[in-house]
Amino acid sequence: MLKITLAAAVLAAIAGLTHPAASQSSLGAKVAHFTLANGLELVVIPDHRAPIVTHMIWYKVGAADEQPGKSGLAHFLEHLMFKGTQKYPAGYFSQMIARMGGRENAFTSSDYTAYYQRVLREELPKMMELEANRMTGLVLTDNVVLPERDVVIEEYNSRVANNPRARLAEQIAAALYLNHPYGRPVIGWRPEIEKLNREDALAFYRRFYGPNNAIVVVAGDVEPEQVRALAQNTYGSVVRRFENIPRLRPQEPQPAAARSLTLSDPRVEQPTLQRGYLVPSVTSAKRGDSEALEVLANILGGGANSRLYRTLVVEKGLAVSAGSSYDGATLDPTVFSVYGAPKDGTSLPQLEEGVNAVIAELIDKGIGAEELERTKTRLIAESVYAMDSQSTLARWYGGALSTGMTVESVNTWPERIRSVTADAVRDAARQWLDKRRSVTGYLIKDTSAREEKRS
Amino acid sequence: MMALARNSARGVLAAFLLAFAGLCAAALPARAVSIERVISPLGIEVWLVRQATVPIFDLQFAFEGGSSQDPAGKPGIGKLAGLLLDEGAGDLDSKTFQERLEGSAIDLQFQTGRDATTGSLRSLNEHRDEAVELLRLALNAPRFDPPAVERIRGQLLSGLRRETTSPNDIASRKWWAAAFPGHPYGQQVNGTLESVPLITADDLRSYAKHVFARSNLKIAIVGDIDAATAGKIVDRVFGALPAQAELRPVPKADPQGLGQRIVVDLDVPQAVVTFGRVGISRKDPDFMAAYIVSYILGGGSMSSRLYSEVREKRGLAYSISDNLVWLKGTAVTLGGTATRSDKTSEALALIESETKRLAENGPTEDEFNKAKSYLKGAYALGLDTSNKIAGALVQIQIDDLGIDYMDKRNALIDAVTLEDTKRVAKRLFEGKMLVTVVGRPLGVTSRN
Repeated sequence: MLKITLAAAVLAAIAGLTHPAASQSSLGAKVAHFTLANGLELVVIPDHRAPIVTHMIWYKVGAADEQPGKSGLAHFLEHLMFKGTQKYPAGYFSQMIARMGGRENAFTSSDYTAYYQRVLREELPKMMELEANRMTGLVLTDNVVLPERDVVIEEYNSRVANNPRARLAEQIAAALYLNHPYGRPVIGWRPEIEKLNREDALAFYRRFYGPNNAIVVVAGDVEPEQVRALAQNTYGSVVRRFENIPRLRPQEPQPAAARSLTLSDPRVEQPTLQRGYLVPSVTSAKRGDSEALEVLANILGGGANSRLYRTLVVEKGLAVSAGSSYDGATLDPTVFSVYGAPKDGTSLPQLEEGVNAVIAELIDKGIGAEELERTKTRLIAESVYAMDSQSTLARWYGGALSTGMTVESVNTWPERIRSVTADAVRDAARQWLDKRRSVTGYLIKDTSAREEKRS
Repeated sequence: MMALARNSARGVLAAFLLAFAGLCAAALPARAVSIERVISPLGIEVWLVRQATVPIFDLQFAFEGGSSQDPAGKPGIGKLAGLLLDEGAGDLDSKTFQERLEGSAIDLQFQTGRDATTGSLRSLNEHRDEAVELLRLALNAPRFDPPAVERIRGQLLSGLRRETTSPNDIASRKWWAAAFPGHPYGQQVNGTLESVPLITADDLRSYAKHVFARSNLKIAIVGDIDAATAGKIVDRVFGALPAQAELRPVPKADPQGLGQRIVVDLDVPQAVVTFGRVGISRKDPDFMAAYIVSYILGGGSMSSRLYSEVREKRGLAYSISDNLVWLKGTAVTLGGTATRSDKTSEALALIESETKRLAENGPTEDEFNKAKSYLKGAYALGLDTSNKIAGALVQIQIDDLGIDYMDKRNALIDAVTLEDTKRVAKRLFEGKMLVTVVGRPLGVTSRN
């Protein structure tokens, strides 16, 4: 069964769970960061609690780097990277990992494409060798490309077509970004996915997959010097095949008009309001803005104590749920999301009015010392909880470095959150939660037309 | 921005959502988890793993009970009770309770399944006392205040309304309803649009009173504490609960409707399929052999037979899996996929034929060896975090496998022979399946 819907994926990402954060400085102090002669960056996060390692490679390429007309290509290539090389044919890598009982997977965002394995420490050299081999050695034939394209279309059906909320999220992003490719779904627009082919995938692969466009993160029972030596022996021999080109995507103009849209779908049984505001990410922000937005998202709509939930769900009884979230880990300006589901008897415009009032009050009166402290405590604790998981840490560092941040910025995240003031949160709300920067989407039940059978 | 995982069954996005925990010693051959059985001054048993590397305290527990305790025709009571435990307790109203959780960055979660209400408490060491106190209140003195009940009931109903057009939810609900008619397992854990409005605060109190007791309780702690402290903690949280739970017995039952196919019409581009049959219980001597053949057919890696035939070779689906599910009163195999409407019949035929092929011929020696190797390695690698260890320790207690199970497990797998798996493949996969399909699959109709 597919457990993860697109909506969940979007929420997960937007909720800042991939945000750059780090534990106490003692942890950051242990993190090593170096670059091989061929341009490959490495991050090593020693963690000796168990003889396990997590090995990840992050390519600095995602859906926002695709050419117009080829949407979905970054993600399609991610699927195809499991189809084997001349040296290690299809299935060899995955079966080797399976035999060890290891875990592997891959994921694609607008900014990066990443692959990982979790195995026993002893298996790390083999993982590095195989990952280095498929960095430039991928072999594709239509025999494997075409069925995989069908798999991706079924993935699209599972995540998006079968799920009205995911369809709404797609529409909001597309309307929010007037010029920047973040408006394009990572999985692609279906008519374009259907046309992707072997040549597209290989051209994209040759253009973006190479040592000077990748970051390897190794977390676990290893020392930096060991990893450096292993990397030299494996990744070190992969030759550069292109020069780095700055990641300059078309940027957004100054937003000028609040936009709104309504998606009606016969399957909607619970109407929903979603709003996205165009706001800075960590990398695209002036110093301090992103941290203030992170705290703001949590005070406004992060959980049961948040302003939106307390006001709209608990006190006024207008909504069954309400919240907000922010994902700062993107290269270019990102989305601050606000959402709610009205109770029976509340219309979407009434709920929207309620949401607006909560935001207006925060801008007008600012926030209290207690809610600020509570929120910061919880956010900073996340970075201590993360110390418990090499996978989480590997994702934070990899996600940060592939979206223009530095190891240092991950390490100092808790103290930057600590230094956010009540005034900064209010200012962030005033500056960024401006309706002209936003798209508001309604998801409603389509009752107008008789259902038509698909042919 | 959104991240897409290659393989939903492995759920890298789920991994994103979890804050993984760590441990001082993983259950690896080289360094086994050291588990202490602690009996508290009040006689409560807790399994303790000490770890001092990260300043985090994890406590997990399970009360046997769950939705199997819901009366016929009134499902959702256990679920709603679980959702309300952190919505006010003792002298603390919902708001105060939630503020105290967040103020100390405590993560407290309750879940209701068919057989149990489970809970997970996680805090920084410095907030352990506060965490323990809030859990104590939640279990001993839940308030079920009317405003909170109505609010959470509204959320549950909202989710249930959404489920009525979600193909995954419909396929699963229909399967359980058809497999267990008249049995508690045939009722939905989350209740129904008809039942949830009828649940009263007394129903919720009654659930808490009958289920939250010491006789049906399993607990695990992973943290930087000694046995004496662990004993004090469990006495404080659980010591004042009734000694004896009062549970409705759950009759033993096998899934019904085998050979049936139920097609539910829904206008979606992809048909969602749930399929299942009689499984093998956790205490059955053939369990490990069944675990191996189930992995070979549809288990967690990217190399199962179903994955290879349905996804890799033909591109008919993004996700396909088949697993053993064992409950107190039954054991089933349960699989699922989602496939394009015009190819659903092909996918169903492949599932049938692959299952039959495995029943008739059993696994190959190569598959058998690889499966054993995977199942041994994956267990150890899956115990890399404190909360995963705590969860495993609770499950081992529920399954009554013994405190030395982690040490014995590899030997239990090694003891299975290829002949065993051939015999068990026949036993497991020879019989018919109950299949539910939701969507508009071309040429696929219901059959009895």
